[in-house]
Amino acid sequence: MKMIATQHLDLSIGQRILVQNLDWSAQAGQCWSIIGRNGAGKSTLLRTLAGLQQPSAGSVHVNNRPLADWPLTELARERAFLAQSRHDAFAYTALESVLSARHPYHANRYWEGSDDHQAAMQALASMEVDDLAARDVRTLSGGERQRVAIAALLAQQTPLLLLDEPANALDLAHQVSVMGLLARLCREQGRTVVMIGHDLNLASRISTHVLLLMGDGRWQAGTNHDIMRPALLGDYLGHPIDMIEHEGRRIFIPKESSA
Amino acid sequence: MLALSIATLLFAGMTGSIRVPLHEIPDALRQLASGEPDSLSASLLELRASRALVAFATGGALALAGLMMQALLRNPLADPYVLGVSSGASVGALLALLLSASVLMVDAAALAGAIGVAMLLYLLARRDLRSGQAAEGGASMLLLTGVIVSAMCGSIVTLMLAIAPEGRLRSMIFWLIGDLAGAPLRLVPWLILAGCLLFAMRNARNMNMVALHAENAVTLGVRVGALRKGLFFVSALLTASAVTSAGSIGFVGLIVPHACRFAFGPDHRVLIPAVALAGGAFLVLCDTLARTIVAPQQLPVGAITAMIGAPVFLYQLHRLRK
Repeated sequence: MKMIATQHLDLSIGQRILVQNLDWSAQAGQCWSIIGRNGAGKSTLLRTLAGLQQPSAGSVHVNNRPLADWPLTELARERAFLAQSRHDAFAYTALESVLSARHPYHANRYWEGSDDHQAAMQALASMEVDDLAARDVRTLSGGERQRVAIAALLAQQTPLLLLDEPANALDLAHQVSVMGLLARLCREQGRTVVMIGHDLNLASRISTHVLLLMGDGRWQAGTNHDIMRPALLGDYLGHPIDMIEHEGRRIFIPKESSA
Repeated sequence: MLALSIATLLFAGMTGSIRVPLHEIPDALRQLASGEPDSLSASLLELRASRALVAFATGGALALAGLMMQALLRNPLADPYVLGVSSGASVGALLALLLSASVLMVDAAALAGAIGVAMLLYLLARRDLRSGQAAEGGASMLLLTGVIVSAMCGSIVTLMLAIAPEGRLRSMIFWLIGDLAGAPLRLVPWLILAGCLLFAMRNARNMNMVALHAENAVTLGVRVGALRKGLFFVSALLTASAVTSAGSIGFVGLIVPHACRFAFGPDHRVLIPAVALAGGAFLVLCDTLARTIVAPQQLPVGAITAMIGAPVFLYQLHRLRK
């Protein structure tokens, strides 16, 4: 089943065309990585998929229904979005920030129910930040804040997850565990993950599919196996890349510049 | 159990916030009465009660407007005056005072000035209010536009003060500082306050969302553009209503939301009723002091709000730091 799909999607910023004629879809259970250089339009694409931005042309469909036809609350129960960065102006606690992700389930209730608290605490525990629940989000470290944000995303309990650099600011252990968790969600619960990442090895380890963006309109999508090739990646990332096999895993390393 | 305890804590926080100001109001009213000789005639009491009611509606409106403005701009330093709505009212009112118009005309001119500036701002910043496009830029564009418009109105006010004849200067300055003396009790500010309070309560959850997630609240099902427009107009309306009946009383709109945030946390569902009640109570208290400190002379209440508010606020701020 097509969870999310684009039809003839064009994205541009000012005069610059970022993505041209993107016909792409992600099925339930797939885990997609979007890879490309800085400014190649990765975040723009993800924000467009989330409905935060209008494409220059073409359309985005979630569950075979155009984004514009979705009531916002219903859509919020269908897909969750993790922004690249956040700015906290007020002293909300970590728990309150996660509870806010339960908003689409509240309808007209004024207060959260205990089921919401349960979902929020569960999400916090899965990110190993349940001990920070009562902390002011403004006092958290970058990595802790990021984990709380991911916990909020999980508490939204949507079949479709869009993440803009989820590994941002996380230490090595948490990068691995967060990525592992996302991969499990796809594998075991049939959820769909679309994320942006810069770490080729993390991407190659957990994603089933990869979408490459060149930044001049060109793009390439396919399975992990087809796309994660040194020559192709080097072409899209603008730097030659070597690949070595290690214990059955493919490891990508940038070549030393000959200059 | 944890969920239940948090829920009861929140609930306790809310009922407490309603009861505390409710308890303060009769207190403030009693002070009003006891500050004078015992042989109070009924009409005198009525006069004071009506003044206190005006003060309450004004304070509540200003505090609520401040809270909404802070949520709208996602900036805890915003207040109802930051966007220049009150400066517009000042220009209108001072112009009327300069031309020695009647009291009614002054009020009408203040209202017209406030609405004029709100409209101007809306036209200039309409795109930023509506769209979720410019990530963090939207709100700051509005803020910058507001500050500039406010500065422009400020210079017009200064100009009018400079050319005003000696005799009218005093009433103009009193208006600018904010004065409740002779402010007639009207039903309209109460209706506006009640209506806006209703709007705010209905949108309390959405305000939390926008305060937390800014534009990205769209992905949680909040119509951010519509909410922003609503917050802008409702807070402008509250400010215009408050300023029209009592002049530009400073500080209430900034300090009361802050003090309530310290006391009850940042959840707007608790804050909105708390702020409206605390703002009203605070201004009633200040006005009472303004009338009694150097009785029989009356001070403008705007001079008292900051004088009491600032030390209390600073004390609270630094005690919390420890």
